Amino acid sequence: MKRTVPLIITFLGGVVLIIAYFIPYTQAWGEKAAVFFDVLAAIAFVLGGGNLLKNHLKKVSDRVAGWGYSVICLVAFLVTLTVGLGKIGVNPNTQFSNYAWSGVYDQVGSPFWWLYEYGFKPLTATMFAILAFYVASAAFRAFRAKNFEAILLLGTAFIILLGRTYAGVVLTGFIPDDSAFSGLKLENFTVYIMQVFNTAGNRAIMIGIALGVASTSLKVLLGVDRSYLGSGGD
Amino acid sequence: MKHSRVSPLRLLFLLALVSSLASATHGQEADDGVVSSPPRPPSNLRAVDYPMDKGEKIDLTWDLSLDDPENVSTYLVYRSRTDKEIEKKIADDRKKFIDAVKTAATEGLFGEGWKDRMADLTQEQLTHVREVRSRAAERAETTFSSDPTSEDNVYKFLGTAMPGENEFVIDKLDGKKSYTFMVKAVGTDLSQSAGVVTEVGLTPVLQWFDGEWNTSGGRFWLSIIILVFCGAVVFWILRARSGKPIRVRKIAGLEAVDEAVGRATEMGRPILFVPGIQDMNDIQTIAAMTILSHISKTAAEYDAKIEVPTARSLVMTTARETVQASYLTAGKPDAYNQDLIYYVTDEQFGFVAYLSGMMVREKPAACFYMGAFYAESLILAETGNHVGAIQIAGTAMPAQLPFFVAACDYTLIGEEFFAASAYLSGSPEELGSLKGQDVGKIIVVFLMFIGITLFTLAALTSANPGLSSIFRNMGDFLKNVILT
Repeated sequence: MKRTVPLIITFLGGVVLIIAYFIPYTQAWGEKAAVFFDVLAAIAFVLGGGNLLKNHLKKVSDRVAGWGYSVICLVAFLVTLTVGLGKIGVNPNTQFSNYAWSGVYDQVGSPFWWLYEYGFKPLTATMFAILAFYVASAAFRAFRAKNFEAILLLGTAFIILLGRTYAGVVLTGFIPDDSAFSGLKLENFTVYIMQVFNTAGNRAIMIGIALGVASTSLKVLLGVDRSYLGSGGD
Repeated sequence: MKHSRVSPLRLLFLLALVSSLASATHGQEADDGVVSSPPRPPSNLRAVDYPMDKGEKIDLTWDLSLDDPENVSTYLVYRSRTDKEIEKKIADDRKKFIDAVKTAATEGLFGEGWKDRMADLTQEQLTHVREVRSRAAERAETTFSSDPTSEDNVYKFLGTAMPGENEFVIDKLDGKKSYTFMVKAVGTDLSQSAGVVTEVGLTPVLQWFDGEWNTSGGRFWLSIIILVFCGAVVFWILRARSGKPIRVRKIAGLEAVDEAVGRATEMGRPILFVPGIQDMNDIQTIAAMTILSHISKTAAEYDAKIEVPTARSLVMTTARETVQASYLTAGKPDAYNQDLIYYVTDEQFGFVAYLSGMMVREKPAACFYMGAFYAESLILAETGNHVGAIQIAGTAMPAQLPFFVAACDYTLIGEEFFAASAYLSGSPEELGSLKGQDVGKIIVVFLMFIGITLFTLAALTSANPGLSSIFRNMGDFLKNVILT
């Protein structure tokens, strides 16, 4: 029973969405099914918040490695939640000025907006910026010419990098634009590699992905693949 | 030839036309002194419901003007407005009129560019300006009038048809409203004929199947492709059930799962499984759950600790169910610890920050990244690489694959990721579905071959334009209608 009911729900949900796509009469059914998901996700969000609190409180209580970060996380979570839910420092909406909470929670200049603009956004940008260093270290490892394939990769990357910079234009600037060899100019060669080889490879992967998505969806709908429900029996 | 939208070129032409029409009048004397006459109107305007659509389109046809093409430069197509649309148009017109009167009154005081001078005015001057504008607005309110039954209010311009064209597809209609239509011919001197109007109103009908087969974006061909593909998958699943052995090539990344879990057990360190950053409505997350099921079962058998941080609370709930069931299957329900599967945050980089810190502190021996990833993929994989973990990634995000390939030991590329569950379970039914996928690939190769052949023939027969255009049109139909 524990597995049969989810399987039936999965099947019905999937079939309704497919039918709704092709049969206009049933379009509203698909929208309703999507709303069910939103309702579930909203409930699960509360569950997630509770889990976050429990997890970090436990870490602080057990003094596990890095428990100080948990304290920061808890404080940030609770402060943001209080400021956002309580609409602290938010001016009332001009249309409903008698109601203190009628303003929007992220009003420009409000404490919540301030936390987002000057706390959250810089932190996020910092994490994203770290990516640049990781790209460098990953490229260093990936481009080591240890075998034939790696040499091909290195050579192609070298051409692309050069072709996308002014150095590439200067290096092959001696080839006339109207000559038979103009395709060998680095900026043109780069475009050729990206449009032909890269696109072909990308499309091959995309076709495989599309077929995989369709096949996996079908397996899940038909209940052939039940492993997401766990490998146990009923 | 059917047109359902105004192309940019036509729009430009139309703008030029409309501005010219402002000065052109019926029967106006032309430059050469000859009185020009408007073209005779088109006739027999017919509106019928567009077949096999979702109740938004109507087909319009008419008999060409008798002056077409000598004295017709274009046809203008209109539809009737609904009562609400007429009300809205009149309200908009009123607002525009009042604004124009207010602006004129202000310009009367300060001349053009008055907006720039507003900041320099004293409070007294500003009050005066407000009074003047207010009086102007009151005057405008009383003088404005608009007849809701006038042609300008009743009919809304939709688009144009060129001389010789007598069809037009009207879309984006409301299936609950009734519409009448009007077509006018515009002469070469930009004079307009009288409008020909459909006699009775028509409501677009919602069809039971949205199966347009000859237009881009129609769903007929998609339904055929889905039926064939799903039929093939089901056929091979049934065939596999009958006991026929199915061979699947070795996938190195999946062969290494046991090795990775074993390594974690030997080192006494945890296994990290990251199911992407998307919710359960993403097929990649579902695929990740199926793989998690197998990995957690192996981990349970090896007595290894598996940790699953999630970026969505619904994924956390599902992952807990999946892992619990796997521990049960492995015969070790007591070893299951739900606290190891937890929610971190929905925020992409917040999630990455947590994971990076956790990986550096706990140094997991094996890291699995399975699911939908974005920019965080490389940060995660590089951090895992730095802590010396054996890493296996799988995703269907083409843009992230190079990062995983560069930083992980094994990467499941696209379809391998979706095949992982079948591969790991070894279940004949699931393996059968992989065979069905191969049929899909054969269809794709076949269609590619046809497309390449058609466009090659179109190029080779360029000396014969008629034949070449036939091949090109067939190729375009395949590319833009069947496959779009």
